[in-house]
Amino acid sequence: MSDTIKLHYDVDGRDFTRAGEASGKIKKTLKDIGFPPEVIRNTAIAVYEAEINLVIHAGGGEIDVEIAPDYVEVILTDHGPGIENVELAMQEGYSTAPDQVRALGFGAGMGLPNIKKYTDEMKIDTVLGEGTVMTLKIYVK
Amino acid sequence: MKVSEIMKVLDAELVYGEEFLDREVQSACGSDMMSDVLAYVKEQAVLLTGLVNPQVVRTAEMMDMKCIVFVRGKSPDLGMIELAEENGIPLLKTKREMFTSCGILYENGLRGGAHRPE
Repeated sequence: MSDTIKLHYDVDGRDFTRAGEASGKIKKTLKDIGFPPEVIRNTAIAVYEAEINLVIHAGGGEIDVEIAPDYVEVILTDHGPGIENVELAMQEGYSTAPDQVRALGFGAGMGLPNIKKYTDEMKIDTVLGEGTVMTLKIYVK
Repeated sequence: MKVSEIMKVLDAELVYGEEFLDREVQSACGSDMMSDVLAYVKEQAVLLTGLVNPQVVRTAEMMDMKCIVFVRGKSPDLGMIELAEENGIPLLKTKREMFTSCGILYENGLRGGAHRPE
């Protein structure tokens, strides 16, 4: 389709202060396109949580976005340790984040549950020791 | 409640955003855990926090929040102020503690007003 927009971001895993930069840019792009505020906010929150995860769990990664008139798809790819138990990680309050991450305001075990809440589709493909690919889709209703 | 009124009742100092003093705030959220803040969408909310790092401003940005109040005398650094400028989010700071600040705002009519998308 000719009217899709594709964006690509590399997320630096070494700098926590810069985590969220890509999400901020994606949010601005959606705003410029003029999507409904709820779609923009839900996408922004989900991608932001996922971007934070890339930094605190996976040492960085990549974010690919496809924006179509009726949906936004975001694919987050990392080469981190993988998720040992996805079902457990999806439970609110379950976290494997170290204490220093909690001191930064994250690692409350709300990341993945939040992402699920704010998206229409969420898929996690993870291989221990190799990495994780998370695909998120938000429809423009 | 306007940002300027929040400033007055919390005896707060304006760190950034003089042009936003008339902005209307309808709900509030107090937390040092940004993941918890991200779990509940509020309309036109003010964020009260004792956490000082750029992710506080990022969280407010993603949530379309209208104002951030740093409690317990915490001060945002220059990078955070720049990020707030970029996103048009006024920053206040107060010496009052979290519980007291939340109580004062509640007393003045602000409520949680949170909902989660299902």
